[in-house]
Amino acid sequence: MASVYENIRTNQRKTIFLISTFLCFVVLLGWFLAQAFGNDQILYFAIFFALFQSFLSYWYSDKIPVFLVGAKELSKKDNPKIYRLVENLAIGAGVQTPKIFVAPERQPNAFAAGRDEKHSVIVLNQGLIDLLDEKEIEGVIAHELSHIKNRDVLIASVAVVLVSFVAILSNFVLRLSFFGGTRRDSREKENPLGLILFFIVVILAPLIAQLIQFAISRKREFLADGSAVLLTRYPQGLISALEKISQNRIPLKNQNPALASLYICNPLKERNWFSNLFSTHPPIEKRIEELRKVSF
Amino acid sequence: MMIFWLLVFLIGATIYFYNRLVSLKNQALEALSDVDVQLKRRYNLIPNLVETVRAYASHEKEVFERVTEARSRAMVAQNFKEKEEAENFLSQSLKSIFALAEDYPQLRASENFQKLQDELTDTEDKIQAARRFYNSCVRDLNIAVESFPTNIFAQIFNFQKMELFSISSEEREVPKVRF
Repeated sequence: MASVYENIRTNQRKTIFLISTFLCFVVLLGWFLAQAFGNDQILYFAIFFALFQSFLSYWYSDKIPVFLVGAKELSKKDNPKIYRLVENLAIGAGVQTPKIFVAPERQPNAFAAGRDEKHSVIVLNQGLIDLLDEKEIEGVIAHELSHIKNRDVLIASVAVVLVSFVAILSNFVLRLSFFGGTRRDSREKENPLGLILFFIVVILAPLIAQLIQFAISRKREFLADGSAVLLTRYPQGLISALEKISQNRIPLKNQNPALASLYICNPLKERNWFSNLFSTHPPIEKRIEELRKVSF
Repeated sequence: MMIFWLLVFLIGATIYFYNRLVSLKNQALEALSDVDVQLKRRYNLIPNLVETVRAYASHEKEVFERVTEARSRAMVAQNFKEKEEAENFLSQSLKSIFALAEDYPQLRASENFQKLQDELTDTEDKIQAARRFYNSCVRDLNIAVESFPTNIFAQIFNFQKMELFSISSEEREVPKVRF
């Protein structure tokens, strides 16, 4: 358990690294665009944008993901069983009870988000509550609580918000260039180097952002599984939960790739070499195998 | 010059290990007070429960007395071992009060009784969870106190090992009424 506190520190360091990488990245992007268009204002805008989004991603790291999936808060009256499950596991883990939200999705899945213990949330899909039994849900919640305790959620939620903004930004720039392109060509010849750079950046932007994100989250799924079992003392619960979740084929209504890394199991089902390259989770079979090795 | 650096190193190490021990100890103490919060919740529920059961099964005096006595014993217990024993005894006596419901169908059907039973079961779970967390904190402290080189500093500054709750398998079972 001593390693948990070291984990927290590593995660904080990584979060700072992530945010500064993002800052540099957006400012650089702004500089490239400013060069390509010959307009310095783009650079200033990029700097402002980067600072503003970094702050937002940190401060609202719990609210933005909840808003994105359209989840509603669950009170003790709505579902005392689930509420108590979370309460008791939080006591066992020594963290404050997080807020619980339910997302109107039929796919059984769950995630946690937030910048620290006091501002953390656990979001359960309605499908998870409907399809899993109590022991399985307990395993899933313990997994999410471990993420909260290790501060994985801060770095993951920050990554989510930053990545979504990079994606939005590059989309925006791409559209801008489509509409502006023909007019510009007829008027005068652009500097071709600038244009090439511009396209490289626009195409690479979401890719790089995604890479940053998945570099952060892969190993800690194992760690969270391990801590979850330490909490519930019942590996079978989490094992069968993971089995049920992975065998389920119901797609998400709200497919947001930026959020994928937050979930306990990758919510986007199609798998090919490309999605594996960017996958934020180790394969379920591997995780189950590790869990089976646990003994007390 | 060598002596100077050695001194710097020693002072640095002392500060580091002392602070580490302090934070481990405080984590454990905080966890212990979290256990007390849950125990208090149980003390507060018990008089209600006794009153409710008395209304339906008034002549089972022995059982009430045992629970009431166990409660007051647990509340005044001073040291760790004494308290742990008293709490375990209280858990046992609560089981016997819930067992009563088997003989009294009206009691079993009472909404108030069901609610109290529900609350107490939940509190029991929370006590176990809080104890488990306390144990994990104390384990960290004890490991630090025993292992090298922290043990040297623990001895100098008089940090003691703390006691663990023994969570017996019998006690882990939550008081439940079989229907």
